[in-house]
Amino acid sequence: MTTFVLLTVTGLGLGALYFLIASGLSLIYGLMGVLNFAHGAFLTVGAYGMWFTESKLGGVPIWPRFLIGAVAGIAVGTLFAALVEIVLIRPLYRRHIEQVLVTVGLGLATTALIVAIWGNDARPVPSPAWLGETTTFLGAHIPNDRFLLIVAAILVLAGLETFLQRTRYGLIIRAGVENRAMVTALGIDVRKAFTLVFAIGGAAAALAGVLGNVYFTTVDPNVGTSLLIFAFIVVVIGGLGSLRGTAIAAVVVGLVQQYANYYASSGLGDLSVVLLLALVLLARPRGLSGSFA
Amino acid sequence: MTALLEVRDLHVRLGESHVLQGIEFDVEEGGVTALLGRNGVGKTTTLRALMGLVDRSGSVVLAGEELVSTPTHRIVRRGVGYVPEDRDVFAGLTVDENLRLAERNGAARYDLVYDLFPELRERGSQLAGTLSGGQQQMVAIARALLNENRVLLVDEPTKGLAPALVTQVADVLARVSELATVLLVEQNLGVVNRVARDAVVLDTGRVVHIGPAKELLADTPMVHRLLGVGHA
Repeated sequence: MTTFVLLTVTGLGLGALYFLIASGLSLIYGLMGVLNFAHGAFLTVGAYGMWFTESKLGGVPIWPRFLIGAVAGIAVGTLFAALVEIVLIRPLYRRHIEQVLVTVGLGLATTALIVAIWGNDARPVPSPAWLGETTTFLGAHIPNDRFLLIVAAILVLAGLETFLQRTRYGLIIRAGVENRAMVTALGIDVRKAFTLVFAIGGAAAALAGVLGNVYFTTVDPNVGTSLLIFAFIVVVIGGLGSLRGTAIAAVVVGLVQQYANYYASSGLGDLSVVLLLALVLLARPRGLSGSFA
Repeated sequence: MTALLEVRDLHVRLGESHVLQGIEFDVEEGGVTALLGRNGVGKTTTLRALMGLVDRSGSVVLAGEELVSTPTHRIVRRGVGYVPEDRDVFAGLTVDENLRLAERNGAARYDLVYDLFPELRERGSQLAGTLSGGQQQMVAIARALLNENRVLLVDEPTKGLAPALVTQVADVLARVSELATVLLVEQNLGVVNRVARDAVVLDTGRVVHIGPAKELLADTPMVHRLLGVGHA
């Protein structure tokens, strides 16, 4: 029982990480039709932004250093994402092949640049000791960082839902996901919403990078790329453009991965996720939420 | 009469198809100008080109201001309202949200909208996707009326509606034409006869007739030749 609880909470933590990456990916595709293969780069930039900032604050106590590093990582990731939209994506609206080429190229270039500057080796990222300790929950000793991941994802989901449901920009984004042309035909400059969605997606991905530093305890140049694959699977299972679908799919993928790795065989977790994707696509080609093809 | 909207040498190419081949016409200020023609001659494309929703070349001048290189949202802000052919209401938003999205400059005319369509007030919290076709058409027209526009581009507002609703929409168009200039694409010639002052007829991407609507509709052989229908 305690193993099952541990696997479940760890799976939820992993799902939370996937959700943070996939939420922006899903919103960006839903509103703009852009399959953003550079989304992993936002995560990597956020993770390295945190590590770099922390490394420059050597004499500062760990909690302030950690928090300042996290804020810096998120800020850098957000800024990077907004710049990518303005400089690279905006000139390529409706040119989907070119968008794919540019975002794939940017993802590869970002990784290569980081390797060139800081090398290929994983770098340890210091975190407060409390995050590495455990809390007993239903008899299981759960690492505290799992709770941090889950709480962060819930807060992001609640924040995004509030933003989408309660603000004018949220209204524009929800309408734009349905029919972008009609939004412009109501006199709305949808390009501002595009930049905002990219920035929000970048912030969430950078937060995933920050929390990934805590979860993995190190950062390496390929962290974004490896997590991006699962984020794409989550987005497709959840239904492109649906935030709630993405949240449900992230939890399902995280749990399936953990259970399969433990109860079947170590390494089968990734395969089981791909099988899950195939099953969902066969049964519900538009994903769990039924939105978009 | 002065021309509020001047269209000159307007071309639209969609893929391999040269849909609009240099059309030219004026829309006089006030009243309704009907844009007529058989199916597939380019009426909807003309409205989409005026809105900047398709790539176009030529000249579109609104009250002396060239619009052909202006992006859609700026065209709208210069006082052009649009009611698309398939209504294009946002199905996942409520009626209130559909209207709120259309608000510009903080002077939304909800009194006018609810006066014309009292049902929309009652259905404010209903998802637009669950409305009937007629109710969705009300939302689509209401969005365009919410702001003070100089010209309204209205694309087949009676398409697919029951006869009673067609009459209601015609009543609304008649009233709207007192508030703004209307360029109306409409297949129902009864509605055209009732509300339109002028008519522009397209055929295979070219303008083939311009004149008073009632004169055109009274000339049965011409209606048959230009529009391919007998006018009841």
